[in-house]
Amino acid sequence: MQTPSNFKDKDMQAIIGWVLRLGVIFSMLIVTIGGVIYLTRHGHSVADYSIFRRVPDFVYPSNIINGILANRGRAIIQAGIILLIATPVLRIICSFIGFIIEKDYLYTAISLLVLLIILASMISGHAG
Amino acid sequence: MSVIVLTLIILIGAYFAGLLGSLTGLGGGFVIIPLLTLGLHVNIHYAIGASLISVIATSSGSAAAYVKEGITNIRIGMFLEIATTIGAMAGAMIALHIQTHYIAILFGLILAFSAIMSLVKKVQTVYTEGSPMAVKFKLNGSYPTQDGVVNYGVRNVGGGFLMMVFAGIISGMLGIGSGALKVVAMDTIMRIPFKVSTTTSNFMIGVTAAASAVVYLQRGYIDPAISMPVVIGVLLGALTGSKILVHTKSAGWLRWVFTIVVSILAVQMIYNGLTGKI
Repeated sequence: MQTPSNFKDKDMQAIIGWVLRLGVIFSMLIVTIGGVIYLTRHGHSVADYSIFRRVPDFVYPSNIINGILANRGRAIIQAGIILLIATPVLRIICSFIGFIIEKDYLYTAISLLVLLIILASMISGHAG
Repeated sequence: MSVIVLTLIILIGAYFAGLLGSLTGLGGGFVIIPLLTLGLHVNIHYAIGASLISVIATSSGSAAAYVKEGITNIRIGMFLEIATTIGAMAGAMIALHIQTHYIAILFGLILAFSAIMSLVKKVQTVYTEGSPMAVKFKLNGSYPTQDGVVNYGVRNVGGGFLMMVFAGIISGMLGIGSGALKVVAMDTIMRIPFKVSTTTSNFMIGVTAAASAVVYLQRGYIDPAISMPVVIGVLLGALTGSKILVHTKSAGWLRWVFTIVVSILAVQMIYNGLTGKI
């Protein structure tokens, strides 16, 4: 980038790097903790995943929170997975803020557009 | 099979999937989905959901390292993410309504294509000046090398954008990063230098996967009990792979072994799809 904002681009890259790294580390920790609890409780049950059951457990935030409070391993794993899915989204939010600071309004709009597409995807997945 | 045995088998399998995926640059999903569906008779919906989660983990983990080196072009990534997220959303929608054996056949075809692409020797001319579209969207950039800073221009923005929509659809339908398609769009169509295109593609994979993961999560495709060993195994495998890559100079023979394994898996997936077993 041969623009005067070169310095700020470097800053943004450092911050994005940290957001991604911390997101992965924390979500993996949560998933591992949940996994250990799940296995100690249900390790000897019989597993059968050959048929897809359309009714999912732990999809709604209230279910997950109740599950975590009840120390349910699968709910804790799911919370870790949600944090992991949120990590790239957080990265876009960081870029969005970064582009505002750089006064790069074209890319502020592009970041916002990507966020809106993911939001639309979230809403469309919920319906129907 | 008890839960603990299944979890251990998946964990070990996912570790090697992540290791091979990282060494060859194809990604872990290519091995983990056939392992789960063909080997362990897990429903393909669960396999896709778990693979997608592992894709987000490995992509974010390695992007964190690359982005600091200043090779990744954040603007190209962000611009093309418009295309990949639209595609991923559409792909997830299609996958919800399509019969599973079509997904298996398509998976086999993309798997075979990616294996061939990883063997093709790449030659590329990099331009120093970009097209007017590239200037308009500030896509041209530079990256550091041993011989100083290299400037590059981006061509054929529209064509690359369309190819990225396709890459997004495939990623959303099959739960893979579809890195091979992304690299085709950036290397061959847009003429972005290899180093920049590989790291930028990797940077985009997490966001692309997140766009379809939000759909799958709500539809119950992402099962915590299966995703847990998959994501941990693939991530640890990918970490090991990145360490090995630094130490060994060339893994040419490994590439061939992997291509053969992947080709067999591709044929198996297509065969099982055609006979309606998946």
